[in-house]
Amino acid sequence: MTSVFSKLNNMAHVPDIAAPALDIDKIRKDFPLLQEKVYGKPLVYLDNSATTQKPQVVLDTLERYYKQYNSNVHRGVHHLSQVASEAYEDARHIIAGFINAREQEEVIFTKGTTDSINLIANVFGRGVIKPGDEVIVSAMEHHSNIVPWQIMCEDRGAVLKVIPMDENGELIMEEYTRLLSDKVKIVSVAYVSNSLGTVNPVREIIAQAHAHNIPVMLDAAQAIQHMPVDVQELDVDFMAFSGHKLYGPTGIGILYGKREWLDKLPPYQGGGDMIKTVTFAKTTYNVLPFKYEAGTPDISGAIALGAAVKYVQEIGVENIHAYEEQLVNYAVAQLSTVEGLRFIGQPKHRSGAISFLVDTIHPYDLGELLDKQGVAIRTGHHCAEPVMDFFCIPGTVRASFAMYTNKEDIDRLVVAINKAASMLR
Amino acid sequence: MTINEKQDELISDFSFMDEWMDKYEYIIQLGKDLPLIDPKYKTDDNLIKGCQSQVWLHTDLVDGKLIFTADSDAVITKGLVSLLVGVLSGHTPKEIAEAEIYFIDEIGLKSHLSPTRSNGLLSMLKQMKIYGLAYQVKSQQ
Repeated sequence: MTSVFSKLNNMAHVPDIAAPALDIDKIRKDFPLLQEKVYGKPLVYLDNSATTQKPQVVLDTLERYYKQYNSNVHRGVHHLSQVASEAYEDARHIIAGFINAREQEEVIFTKGTTDSINLIANVFGRGVIKPGDEVIVSAMEHHSNIVPWQIMCEDRGAVLKVIPMDENGELIMEEYTRLLSDKVKIVSVAYVSNSLGTVNPVREIIAQAHAHNIPVMLDAAQAIQHMPVDVQELDVDFMAFSGHKLYGPTGIGILYGKREWLDKLPPYQGGGDMIKTVTFAKTTYNVLPFKYEAGTPDISGAIALGAAVKYVQEIGVENIHAYEEQLVNYAVAQLSTVEGLRFIGQPKHRSGAISFLVDTIHPYDLGELLDKQGVAIRTGHHCAEPVMDFFCIPGTVRASFAMYTNKEDIDRLVVAINKAASMLR
Repeated sequence: MTINEKQDELISDFSFMDEWMDKYEYIIQLGKDLPLIDPKYKTDDNLIKGCQSQVWLHTDLVDGKLIFTADSDAVITKGLVSLLVGVLSGHTPKEIAEAEIYFIDEIGLKSHLSPTRSNGLLSMLKQMKIYGLAYQVKSQQ
């Protein structure tokens, strides 16, 4: 791929939207779906927190896999199986590099963030949790980072504790400090809130937990596509993210876990690939990463996720971060001009998404009329009902961004909101 | 008017609206206008919870006919609710149980009745027909 940078240097600290870090027009051409129209209008796609569109290189990788080397991995001695296995392990290597894992065996392919969190909740519950133990999540979690822990806590007789948040949609860190005790066995929090866009102070969360010898899991589903994430620098114990929010295919995701933990925790699903030997008397389990990859994995998805990560790396996640930060600031400023608009969540540090309401207009009505104008946003509770309950609202309208979002998308969103609001008032 | 005559009339009304905006303005107006339900019936028992918006539905049997009153927290859903109530209310349980609702499809708003829409409308239609069936069975006993 040719370079997509403009000639600007030192992009990491450029606050001025007039100097984009990326050549957005060029990037947009890499995404076939962005060229589509809806209701005869050019698509404004602002539902990137739900899923991102895919660059051509990812689509080509998927097609090439099925056309040229489709075969099962880690099993066959034949040529195709070798090629597929190598491509699959190459993808793991790319992803390990992307998050700076100490070794690629710490990178497990899963179905996605939800699957990764369920995996850890399950094996951590069976391996570590005793009745009366405590698990900490936060008030702004996606249901995927609540329900697996609830199921486990119920099963093990443990207690789920919640870090509260304030009116701005920021975690109350003093309360977190107060919750930490010897009873707490694991903390699992979102790096970035999917419903509010809040970037949580995860370094501090991890440091405080580690001071009590408590491991931390990060739900990085809304962080990994927006900012550099280095698992060693964070010193995080477990981390989950999804491929499809990172420009890759659906059905593939990642669980990162420190070897010291993954080696000692029990296996999750049983089946092919995760065993060393099987007899009816006793089965011994395979080594990492295969211990946690039972059954035929999503081979094409994993390889295509590798291609997506490579694409992101070529553009540079630091550049994406710098550009998106400017874009989010621009969006907040433009949305502020809409009469009657109030932001749901006003965190000091925001990434990727903006939630809002206009007057007393129901988010469903607003979303409906935005859709008719070719603007794809998300309405509803965003799988974070406790967040909506906290703000006493039925849901929000959420605009969420990706590296290909441009100022024109934001401008058309604002025009569409004004038109919809005038019809609904 | 029969249920189908009412549906055909709505289809004819909507056929004069070319633009999506006209249709929606009409539906929004319906949603704003009608006091559709006595507040005392906006109870949890009458609540049909959708993921996106929710609907309340109350039923009375008057002179052998079912009278529906309903409401929604979203204006567009409420407008569509009032269209459905207008078509089905005041008919016998048997007529309601056997009714085939085609006008929403014909006026180009089919997607609102999609199960994935989760606005409570499809569940409301199902509930109305269940009431029709239940009262029909009851009257035969």
